[in-house]
Amino acid sequence: MLNNLIAWLIRAIPFGTIILYGSMGETLTEKSGNLNLGVPGIMYLGGYAGYLCGYLYENHAANPNAFVCVLLALLAAFAASALGGLIFSFLTITLRANQNVTGLALTTFGMGVANFGGKFLLNESGYSSAPFSNAAFAYKILPGADSTGIFGKIFLSYGFLVYMAIIMAVILHFVLNRTRVGLNLRAVGENPATADAAGIHVTLYKYLATCIGAGISGLGGLYYILDYNNGIWNTSDQIEALGWLAVALVIFTTWRPLNGIWGAYLFGVLYWLYQYLPNLLGITISTYAIDLVQMIPYMVTIVVLIVVSLHKKRENQPPASLGIAYFREER
Amino acid sequence: MIENALEIRHITKTFGPVVANRDVSMDIRKGEILSVLGENGSGKTTLMNMIAGIYYPDSGQIFVNGKEAAIRSPGDAFALGIGMIHQHFKLVDVFTAAENIVLGLKEGKKFDMKGAVEKIRAICDRYGFDITPDQKVYDMTVSQKQTLEIVKVLYRGADILILDEPTAVLTPQETDRLFQVMREMKADGKSVVIITHKLHEVLAVSDRVAILRKGEYVDTVETKDATELSLTEMMVGKKVTLDIDRPVVKNKKLRLAVEKVSCVNKEGVTVLDDVSFEAFGGEILGIAGISGSGQKELLEAIAGLQLVGEQSSITFMDPENGDEPVPLVGQNPRKIKELGIHLSFVPEDRLGMGLVGSMGMTDNMMLKSYEDGKSFFIERKAPKALAEEIKEDLEVVTPGINTPVRRLSGGNVQKVLVGREIAAAPAVLMTAYAVRGLDINTSYAIYRLLNEQKEKGVAVIYVGEDLDVLVELCDRILVLCGGKVSGIVSGATKEEVGLLMTKVGGKDPAEGGMTE
Repeated sequence: MLNNLIAWLIRAIPFGTIILYGSMGETLTEKSGNLNLGVPGIMYLGGYAGYLCGYLYENHAANPNAFVCVLLALLAAFAASALGGLIFSFLTITLRANQNVTGLALTTFGMGVANFGGKFLLNESGYSSAPFSNAAFAYKILPGADSTGIFGKIFLSYGFLVYMAIIMAVILHFVLNRTRVGLNLRAVGENPATADAAGIHVTLYKYLATCIGAGISGLGGLYYILDYNNGIWNTSDQIEALGWLAVALVIFTTWRPLNGIWGAYLFGVLYWLYQYLPNLLGITISTYAIDLVQMIPYMVTIVVLIVVSLHKKRENQPPASLGIAYFREER
Repeated sequence: MIENALEIRHITKTFGPVVANRDVSMDIRKGEILSVLGENGSGKTTLMNMIAGIYYPDSGQIFVNGKEAAIRSPGDAFALGIGMIHQHFKLVDVFTAAENIVLGLKEGKKFDMKGAVEKIRAICDRYGFDITPDQKVYDMTVSQKQTLEIVKVLYRGADILILDEPTAVLTPQETDRLFQVMREMKADGKSVVIITHKLHEVLAVSDRVAILRKGEYVDTVETKDATELSLTEMMVGKKVTLDIDRPVVKNKKLRLAVEKVSCVNKEGVTVLDDVSFEAFGGEILGIAGISGSGQKELLEAIAGLQLVGEQSSITFMDPENGDEPVPLVGQNPRKIKELGIHLSFVPEDRLGMGLVGSMGMTDNMMLKSYEDGKSFFIERKAPKALAEEIKEDLEVVTPGINTPVRRLSGGNVQKVLVGREIAAAPAVLMTAYAVRGLDINTSYAIYRLLNEQKEKGVAVIYVGEDLDVLVELCDRILVLCGGKVSGIVSGATKEEVGLLMTKVGGKDPAEGGMTE
């Protein structure tokens, strides 16, 4: 019973970490008024670039160093994802293309690029693996994972990216709410004309927030491949589902990174509910129902959306100009 | 010696084919209150937006303190000590007052909210403003928001303050306080520019008046030498004879009786206040007024698109049914349309209301007839014939009736819009800004159409901007001012109408004219 519960949490926390990265990046993007629905594609780009980098490094370096491996993979994942964000920014901010269409196209694009590139890694086999990179990422960085019993098992037994996600959420919260840059960014997303009149470089803010946001989202893809999926690249479409969960999580958290920390783990618990809850309750659940149960995070998001809409509290609403292109001389 | 804070030289600005400012040159002196006066569309706001960095001029120069300045963004304007308070407030609703004030500033290394709040308090004490720094903007009244805008500009250390129609949203008491603040700022050596079309305000507060007309600079005069009449003349220009026909129709019949119509907009501001009038078949009733005086709401109230107050009554005499009176308040818009009351409203962007840009003429005709016909499939023949007819009759220039109307020129779009409403053989035809942005010939085509309808016994209600046209075309003119009827005149001159537009019944708004 207890073991079952522990196993559930140990499953949920890494799962939550993937979507926490995705949603933090998307939150940052959306705070600038850009609705980037390309998150799944961007997570693919990040995952693929990170994996490719780690794979090449460990197979070609004479004496692979874990730290260098992690650093290179992180940089590659961030850069590739940020590039996805740059494409989105150029199309929607500079060319003022429709954000929804562009985002969805970016999702397809990212998936396509990653799966196409993946073909060369797979080399006709079912999967490709990077065990050294996986070990570097999954290394239990905190002491006491084994010596502190249940607590250590649940909270201390993960690779560094799990903790980095939490730290990043706190930093993001601080930047958005306590700094001048954050204030300016939120103004851009709420009312770009006002921000512009206040002398804020709206275009620059939108570009930077979207690119950095995409970079952060991409780390989710990296974490999925090199840690969560044990350093294995195959052609599964799992990342796409995770990307959409990340978008749902942004709404669930009402655009607050701090809510993201517990929200992501809650999503993880709900997503894996089908595997652990029946055992806990001593019932069996038909395999047909698994997909239905996995829908719960989306259902919860819809409930949150309804509750927030009913409350009409202005602070909980999406950035007021979300999804709308800004052009100064429009009249 | 008189020092100029800002000089404008030969500024021209166009938006597509529309010239907003043509070769404007004027000065703003140090330590003065300057009024910029002009009708709607005279280019006052555009000109000031160029000083504030919102727009960039196509040609011409701006000198600040004697030095040429390229003001490419509002940030540049701040750096030069220029601050503008826009008609539509530039505030972020979910931010506090203090957050809005410090927005975009780069002072000091640390983000010091407490220091900012203290500085805001100091400014408020000095000028006697009543602002709570941590109040959210969405909880503020209109007047508080405006005060916040002024504090924001002062916080940034502006020497030139531009206020775009600041009194439009204020009560008379609040207006007086604003003027007091403006005088204090002037005493501080700052230059204050107030954009307005209210003559009594110009006379009450300013030192000099600069007048613009149709995008061009007319003159700057000392306020002490000006009178309401002399300013009106400069603002509306010499009377232009247009030779628009005004056929006289005998046998006018009462078609529409509007009584005590009041209406509150979603911000809670009264936009129509106790409006009563009658419209007769066989006449064109003009509606004049500064934009935003309630014209749109009035037409929408008649068309059933606007909720009206309890006392309101609108009665239509149905010609199909022996002039039987039919109350319209509370009817749904479709029913009102079926009774023969048609509204063609031409908004600023023309396509915004009434037509779908990406559809052709035929499909746009169908927007009004899609419910006709009994079959499951839509009836295309009749609308197609109508489209052909309108194209022929009104000389619509289009490659074909299926070309998306968005690709037509503005005038042709309007012909399609007005033509469709007329084709429905209405009993009451309401048009708003039917000739907005049209060239002379097309305008005359529209006037001819309206006159034809009038001679057929239709009651035409014509909301217009150009006073010369209103005076020549309309049998009677109803003048709206701040949501009230300030007069219904026939055979009036342009100056008389112009005066009514700024004052209710010729009385000063402060004595009970203006609304909130």
